[in-house]
Amino acid sequence: MIFFWAFVIGGIICVIGQLMFDIFKLSPAHTLTTLVVSGAILDGLGLYEPLINFAGAGATVPITSFGNSLVHGAIQEAEAHGLIGVITGIFEVTSAGISAAIIFGVIASFIFKPKG
Amino acid sequence: MLVGHSTWKFNQQPAIISTGVVGGPFEANGKIANDFDLLHEDLWLEQDSFEQAQQKMLEEAAEIAMDKAQISKGQIEFFIGGDLINQITPTTFAAKTIGVPYLGLFSACATSVESLALAASIIDNNGANHILTGTASHNAAAERQFRYPTEYGGQKPPTAQWTVTGSGCALVGKSETGPIITSATIGKVIDMGLTDPFNMGGAMAPAAVDTIIRHLHDLKVDVSHYDLIITGDLGKIGHEASFDLLVEQNIGIKKEQYLDCGLLIYNDEQPVHSGGSGTACSAVVTYGHILNRMKNGELKRVLFVATGSLHSPMSVQQKETIPCIAHAVSIEYKAGDVT
Amino acid sequence: MTNKKKKLNPKAQHYQAIQKKNETKRPIFTNCLKAFFVGGFVCFIGQLISTFYIYFFDFTEQTAGNPTVATLIIITMFLTGFGVYDHIGQFAGAGTAVPVTGFANAVISSAIEHRTEGYILGVGTNMLKLAGPVIVYGVFSAFIIALIKTIFSQFLGS
Repeated sequence: MIFFWAFVIGGIICVIGQLMFDIFKLSPAHTLTTLVVSGAILDGLGLYEPLINFAGAGATVPITSFGNSLVHGAIQEAEAHGLIGVITGIFEVTSAGISAAIIFGVIASFIFKPKG
Repeated sequence: MLVGHSTWKFNQQPAIISTGVVGGPFEANGKIANDFDLLHEDLWLEQDSFEQAQQKMLEEAAEIAMDKAQISKGQIEFFIGGDLINQITPTTFAAKTIGVPYLGLFSACATSVESLALAASIIDNNGANHILTGTASHNAAAERQFRYPTEYGGQKPPTAQWTVTGSGCALVGKSETGPIITSATIGKVIDMGLTDPFNMGGAMAPAAVDTIIRHLHDLKVDVSHYDLIITGDLGKIGHEASFDLLVEQNIGIKKEQYLDCGLLIYNDEQPVHSGGSGTACSAVVTYGHILNRMKNGELKRVLFVATGSLHSPMSVQQKETIPCIAHAVSIEYKAGDVT
Repeated sequence: MTNKKKKLNPKAQHYQAIQKKNETKRPIFTNCLKAFFVGGFVCFIGQLISTFYIYFFDFTEQTAGNPTVATLIIITMFLTGFGVYDHIGQFAGAGTAVPVTGFANAVISSAIEHRTEGYILGVGTNMLKLAGPVIVYGVFSAFIIALIKTIFSQFLGS
């Protein structure tokens, strides 16, 4: 069942992005930034975690999960080390996405040329 | 000779004595592939960057034009040209290779006609015997200059246009025969407040209309004077919007005498959205396809109106509107003069 | 936006009406449909990968997210490098832009594109030019939200 909900919830989040492209005429950068901030706010309200439990990759694969895990890391650290953790913990959970993108970006630049 | 407010009428018969037209792989699958002198299979042209590939195409087009006219570099006084890339460096490097005195221009996609008009005027005033004019654009170089990296998966709206990979050069000199440049009208910057850089045809249409109307008014001729009025790269949307504006002016323009280079170059199946664009678009279509049709006697008088959208990526981000321009030259081919 | 419209002269307003009439409309419904199915499919693949990590390696539902994301990014690297991702993106729109693969594509396509300007100033400087805002405002908003939450729970709550 998790596969079905991953498909549906992931699809719905993408449709929201598409509507931001087509109706509000936002650029990809504006759209993705808005979605990330929305993910962070949803986690702040405690709503993102239930969504992940419900839809699995449908909630973790869209870029909104980025906002969620940034907030998550910060709060985790803050609980362990006090207020300073809000700053030091931000990349605690998210690091995989950013570091993988950077690492494979550099590797790609070694081996690929743009196809045009 | 100045006629009216902004039109030059040429009396000494400056003419396009030869042209060189080069295209890329995408153009090779287009509607008018047979009108190119040289088509490339590889988008890179075996160069290290797309900008160098663009430079290479301009050099090749210049070479072809000179070969066809059997005129050597030493007989050419000036090279006039420009393109879309940062500070027109690809044209500058090509000018270094060509090695003749150089005037660099920027009028975005209207550069082809701007250089043709200036060359005709200089020759008409005995300022030179032969002038090489030309421009080039490269799809991938323009993408990364104005939009996104070429491999970025952003979705383009149906109003977007496809930058032509290619180059068109015209060698201008005096000639009794040949396609003679009879007049030129210089455009004004027209800005109707449009802001979408993915809809340049729509932004440029009023500039084309303004130049066409002023041209007819300055020369005191009717629209039926021309067999064809061809615009540079308005695409589907700009073509239709400008036609609506021309109809409103009650000048009696007919649908079949009004075409757009951006709609002629590609097949309907090619994913070019609203049509072709780029500095090379008007140059390759006119110097190749249209001049060939004139030589076949299909067309005698053509008004060639190249349109350019003069925004920069920075001006768009600063929420400025898109300023546009259109320059026009009239080209005549006298039937029976063909040698 | 409305302020700008007011400043337009009547001629420009008239033209914009003509232009609007001729403008090809974005096929919003089909675009959304494509985004839904492709986006859903990407997440479905993500779920498959994640399940794979849970069953065959020592990951839990909670920790499988990271290797899943990394795997999707590797796949994106090849699709971007072989020049396929931009074509999928043109078809799917937000369906491939919103998943983490879209973020990776933004980074990787910029990196490949700018190698002509060298590895430091080209690749290094430009790599995050599209994905940068996502990181910048993700971090900043996370900071604000976590700060508010921490203050509430640690100092005011309980």
